[in-house]
Amino acid sequence: MPADTRDRNARVPRNEDARLLTGRARFVDDVRLPDMLHVAFLRSDYAHARLRGVDASAARRRPGVAAVYTAADLGDYSKPAPLLVPPPPIPGLVFHACTHLPLATDKVRHVGEPIAMVVAESRYVAEDALADIVVEAEPLEAVGDLEAALAPGAPRVHDHLESNAAAHVVQRKGDYASARTRADLVIARRLLYDRGAAAAIENRAIVAQWDAPAEELTVWDTTQAPIPIRNGLARMLGLLESQVRVVAPFVGGGFGPKIMMFYPEELLLPWAAMRLGRPLKWTEDRQENFHATTQERGQVHDAEMALTRDGRILGVRDRFLFDTGAYDPYGLTIPINTQCTLLGPYDIQHYDSEFTAVFTNRTLVSPVRGAGRQHGVFVSERLLDIAARELGLDRVEIRKRNLLGPDRFPHDHRILFQDSAPLVYDSGDYLPALEQAADMIGYDAFRRDEQPRARAAGRHVGVGIACYVEGTGIGPYEGARVTVEPGGTVRVATGVGTQGQGHYTVFAQIVAGVLDVEVTAVQVVTGDTREFQWGTGTFASRGAVVAGSACHAAALAVRDKALAVASRLLDMPADRLELAAGRVRVRGSSDAGVALGELAAEANPLRGAVRPGTEPGLEATAYFGPDRGSTASGVHAMIVEVDPETAMVDITRYVVVHDCGRMINPTIVEGQIHGGVAHGIGNAFFEQLVYDDQGQLLNASFMDYLLPTATDVPPIETAHRETPSPFNPVGLKGVGEAGCIPTGALFAQAVEDALHGFGVEITEIPLSPSRLFDLLQRGSRP
Amino acid sequence: MAQNDDPAGTVSRRDFIKTVGATSVAAGVLAPAAPVTAQGPAALGPGPVPVNLTINGRARTLQIEPRVTLLDAVRDHANLTGNKRVCDRGTCGACTMIVDGRTVYSCSTLAIDVQGSRIRTVDGLANGDDLHPVQEAFCAADGMMCGFCTPGFVMATVALLEKYPKPTIAQARRELDGNVCRCGTFNRVFEAALSAGGVNRG
Ligand code: FES
Ligand code: FES
Repeated sequence: MPADTRDRNARVPRNEDARLLTGRARFVDDVRLPDMLHVAFLRSDYAHARLRGVDASAARRRPGVAAVYTAADLGDYSKPAPLLVPPPPIPGLVFHACTHLPLATDKVRHVGEPIAMVVAESRYVAEDALADIVVEAEPLEAVGDLEAALAPGAPRVHDHLESNAAAHVVQRKGDYASARTRADLVIARRLLYDRGAAAAIENRAIVAQWDAPAEELTVWDTTQAPIPIRNGLARMLGLLESQVRVVAPFVGGGFGPKIMMFYPEELLLPWAAMRLGRPLKWTEDRQENFHATTQERGQVHDAEMALTRDGRILGVRDRFLFDTGAYDPYGLTIPINTQCTLLGPYDIQHYDSEFTAVFTNRTLVSPVRGAGRQHGVFVSERLLDIAARELGLDRVEIRKRNLLGPDRFPHDHRILFQDSAPLVYDSGDYLPALEQAADMIGYDAFRRDEQPRARAAGRHVGVGIACYVEGTGIGPYEGARVTVEPGGTVRVATGVGTQGQGHYTVFAQIVAGVLDVEVTAVQVVTGDTREFQWGTGTFASRGAVVAGSACHAAALAVRDKALAVASRLLDMPADRLELAAGRVRVRGSSDAGVALGELAAEANPLRGAVRPGTEPGLEATAYFGPDRGSTASGVHAMIVEVDPETAMVDITRYVVVHDCGRMINPTIVEGQIHGGVAHGIGNAFFEQLVYDDQGQLLNASFMDYLLPTATDVPPIETAHRETPSPFNPVGLKGVGEAGCIPTGALFAQAVEDALHGFGVEITEIPLSPSRLFDLLQRGSRP
Repeated sequence: MAQNDDPAGTVSRRDFIKTVGATSVAAGVLAPAAPVTAQGPAALGPGPVPVNLTINGRARTLQIEPRVTLLDAVRDHANLTGNKRVCDRGTCGACTMIVDGRTVYSCSTLAIDVQGSRIRTVDGLANGDDLHPVQEAFCAADGMMCGFCTPGFVMATVALLEKYPKPTIAQARRELDGNVCRCGTFNRVFEAALSAGGVNRG
């Protein structure tokens, strides 16, 4: 056992591990109910087609089939899904909300869009019945390429709109045009950044059960946001919120798409379970996951950076297109993140950013780990690298010259962030982080000695170093309830779901730290609306920050209650008492005192009078809503070796210096970073969703879509810096997405450095070996 | 993955896919070969038939259709839900079970084909609250995040250690190469695999 498992900052082992290792942890696909029926969906094979008719009569006759639903069978339940995130109030903003229907009616707009739902005795039979359904469809030309999509006369994804533009947003600060006239150098480039699948290892799954006598609906859902799902379902199904319970038990990885709502399946299973009076289950298969779970995709940037001769940034102008897929229920979170994150840790006084979101006949887009931030980082970091080359400056040096100094916080960027609050950096100290990363990777020695030596020996090695900041931990709020059981166990209930971030341990550590109990004595329940019913969900790296702060506040309130009860019991003023090792005792004394559990029992008497104003038990609920998010930051560095013959890249070292404010459990923080870096490496070199011009995804399986594995991900050397956030009591900042944000920019820089002399300039991510090979063949530097 | 008994100089599945290129692999290139029955097509099914399986040392007879996979038989009919279904196509390793001492992708194995074999799943590893040494090692190394890939990794590691009680990192990499983890726990999984002790040859 580590020295002190009550320490909030200790590397304690995770409370959840034993359950996960033995297979006892319950995921949605593990839920089994008596009399349960199984669901399969008939999905569109076309990216764009007019539906002429759906005939399900043969499917309905198949033995073992309980029901088949098409849009026509849904009646007035067939309504467009709600808009999840309305856009922030940016002046002049144009946004067309076009959300999906539960089942397609007149048109299908992406491969995988559901057309019919079959309910049967087994999944095998349900899938057999899918083949019985006859769909009459008239294929239409598919919209894919973003520029072609906006050309006059392009086929339209949504017929009622005048074009495929889903949104248009301009944000400016300063006066870029006049700054540009003072520039010694303007670097203008077209930069492409494509994203891939989130590919959580657990597919989505839903189980819905209607208990008719109790009039209660229970839904197990692999969602990152059980409470909003509960609230929305109650509204749409005409039930009270108290009649609906949504449980997101263990969730096997989220990475963004599991916050999307409402997926058609989420709308349909509860509805049909109420109708059929039997529990229903649907588990996505991997192919469905590639077509029907949201993804993040390409942006095309035409960007320029204006600089002085000595490498100081005067301003940046950026125009970009953003692929939002066939519908836009998640609003503009991703492109606004891109817009805001582009500014990075740098002092950029003049900024002119404009984007157009574009509807295409592809799977819906919603945030995936990083959520557009990496696109922004890619643009600013690449432009800086190119500027350094043009000016004959070192890449670390040009960054140093532009970093915001420690005296510049809080720093107001005068534009709006995705949460509708102004983009303000709370705290940070960027220069030491950059120096530390350069030091850890041995930047100077590498450039001075190692690289020339390797080059002389005919080896192509390169180094990269990239900075980022990340807006994390945004509002609105989360809550937590902390209860001391008479047996001494402390229970913590909070509304956020957990998808592998170690929340069971992180929240336990926060509470254990306040109450001075063992972390293993704290039992955390997350993601069950019956346990806690207020909150929003796990997104924007906010779980530990926002819910963690609520846990902290609730624990403090319980602590006060414990002291008050003990003060009465021991007849001693509360300020002379303290909590130690799960007991309350006289401050500084070595006597045993009273156990917290005993105090809990004492505070819940069966007989006798209770003083007015006291609440029973040792329990408290607290909420935390930050005014605005906290800004995490970091610097990544890597060394690569490239084989120009095969275009294979070997990452030999990877260094992360990051600042997520106060850290709760370094082991968990590092795990989050490792995972993010692995995801970022995949994004940079292995993962790309390849669509053809008919909108067909060509690599919808793990055979064809490569996730990075053990051999692709190097050991990651990590250093932590702590600039506490002033926006929450513990000083926390988020970390869940950080690892993958600068990786693409870094990879491009390091590979380009390794290929010095080949005339290669990398302006796009992902770079597959074959794409890199192409670039090597033709030399791409303008 | 670990179905290959010849440790020397073999190309792993992963290397194969990488060299051929992500989008040019025809689906099904590595699909498991269809079972060949000497007597010609068996007159079994399509309805449920009795299938006798020995799972974690316990013999049981399940009434299932002949087309039911080992994974579905174990999860849905024997109610042992420890091993997970992820790709259902033999590409991720989450469903890894040990059958007669060798790892198999249970999603790509028919239950009816492993009658009479010794089937081990993650559910049977621990002895009550006493974790198996591999599970202990995963705990100590914090070798999981969301834990959904973990049952497959644990089973593959058990098989690795039963084959090589003191594996080299190269052996570990090769034997665990067929397992995918999106949370990026690889480094810690290897730490666990190399540090686990007390596993006997199975
Ligand atoms: S589920 Fe069997 S290999 Fe993926
Ligand atoms: S721990 Fe989440 S996929 Fe491996």
